[in-house]
Amino acid sequence: MVTKRVTLLILAILVIASPFFFPSSFYYRIGSLIFVNGLAVTGLVILIGYAGQISLGHAGFAGIGGYSCALLPAHLGLHPGIAAIVGAILSGAIAWLVGRPILRLKGHYLAIATLGFGILVSMVLANEAWLTKGPDGIEVPDLGLKDVLELVGLDLSNSQFWYWFSGIAFVIGAWVALNLYDSPSGRALRALHGSEIAARTVGIDVARLKLQAFVISAVYASLAGSLLALQNKFITPDVAGFMHSIEWVTMAVLGGAGSVLGAFFGAAILTTLPQVLTVFQEYEQILLGLVMMLCMIFMRDGLLPSVLRLIRGKDK
Amino acid sequence: MTTLLEVSGLGITFGGLKAVQDVGFRVNPGEIVSVIGPNGAGKTTLFNMISGVYKPSTGSVKLDGENVTSMDPYLLARRGLSRTFQNLQIFQTMTVLENAISGFHLQEMGPLLADLFHLPSMKSRAGKAETEARALLERVRLGNAAEKEASSLSYGALKRLEIARALALKPRVLLLDEPAAGCNAVETEEIDHLIAEVAASGVAILLVEHDMKMVMRISNHIVVLDHGEKIAEGRPEEVSRNPKVIEAYLGTEAANA
Repeated sequence: MVTKRVTLLILAILVIASPFFFPSSFYYRIGSLIFVNGLAVTGLVILIGYAGQISLGHAGFAGIGGYSCALLPAHLGLHPGIAAIVGAILSGAIAWLVGRPILRLKGHYLAIATLGFGILVSMVLANEAWLTKGPDGIEVPDLGLKDVLELVGLDLSNSQFWYWFSGIAFVIGAWVALNLYDSPSGRALRALHGSEIAARTVGIDVARLKLQAFVISAVYASLAGSLLALQNKFITPDVAGFMHSIEWVTMAVLGGAGSVLGAFFGAAILTTLPQVLTVFQEYEQILLGLVMMLCMIFMRDGLLPSVLRLIRGKDK
Repeated sequence: MTTLLEVSGLGITFGGLKAVQDVGFRVNPGEIVSVIGPNGAGKTTLFNMISGVYKPSTGSVKLDGENVTSMDPYLLARRGLSRTFQNLQIFQTMTVLENAISGFHLQEMGPLLADLFHLPSMKSRAGKAETEARALLERVRLGNAAEKEASSLSYGALKRLEIARALALKPRVLLLDEPAAGCNAVETEEIDHLIAEVAASGVAILLVEHDMKMVMRISNHIVVLDHGEKIAEGRPEEVSRNPKVIEAYLGTEAANA
């Protein structure tokens, strides 16, 4: 296991140093997308990697977070930044309500239930046009922070601003997830992942802890959705779509669902690939499926743990 | 002396099959009670009912006078009942130390926010649990393996780790399901001493074990099951002379003893 300090150091260096190698400002955009995806995938690392539970509907929470940034300012006059926080609280509350009944399910049943939840959210967003303006999407107001920075003499381009903003958000998210890993709650989550029955016999309230992991990961997804909406200044129901959920799970599995650093590499690879290999644009979904299958067959622990094991040799 | 664990009329049916029927006994503080019987007699099923893993169809389990029948294992743990498993239930991908610390879960748990932001209150709770866990690992001679991943340990070592994890709860009642299975003679003797030591500290111990020498040596009281029913109980020397027991289980081994 790569330690917390090393992980944070690697991530911070990647965020800070990468721009020196960017050939054009377009790469700031890709970088910020990687961090946004990385944030959501870090949430999934907590749910899938720590707690051993699956969700195929987490994009639903991204939809809630994203649309909060569009709707709350428009209807209630909230600042978009506050709207993102309200959206995260709302996502957490919904995750708590939905999670209570469905987290009793295991394996395939849980996958299907969460899948249903995600589809439900994206359908509501697409169909309730009176509120969400339907499938064509809706505008999101500017966060306004860039202008404030300009006033204090920090003049960033739009893509630069979002690169740094998402980067910082991602590193904070990673820090929290790493804190959780090495804490009583994190140990309890990993314990119930290892053996639910043994976890119960040492006094772990399995239902409660699973729910906590589900709520935390929903908040991560919601904040990722808000970040995406705010930087695009526009959002469509696709953000909550099934493919988006699958993308995130694939990133988590590819990188190694158990590790935050793995989550980052999974997000980085699968965000960059379609951008770099534009030929693959039409085959993106096939690529995702292929990656998922190859991971499951050849490296079930994910890319990072498998590579680390190769480097360190077979002995433990 | 008050009875700590009282089991009465306990029974369970799996799809029409009566796996365990009308079993009852008591365990007092500091006492070691063993449950013996041939394979399939229902020993582990009995354990699973007492520890809340299975919900019994009939009968009751009382812990220090309180009716705890069918109570979830995590609630039983909070009331001082802890157990080990016949087929190991170790947290394989966690380190040996983390496995031991998990036994201190109830002691180290606090508010979630403290965990997410590593607040000082969390650090002091977790630090205390770690210190105690390390001491416990020393006690079962796993101190040197603390940082290893649990899956890299031998079977006998994992058995000891499970006992350590169960002891971490500072239980009043301890259920041990074949703690010496798969262990060599030396390891068995160590476990033997450990159990006696724990019992001497006032813990009520319920034991399932196939090693008859060990059972006869350390038990205060023995309950014999066959086909899910209690066919005999008493002191070790009484049970080993009981013709029904010899027929059902002990066979020639005991007859020659």
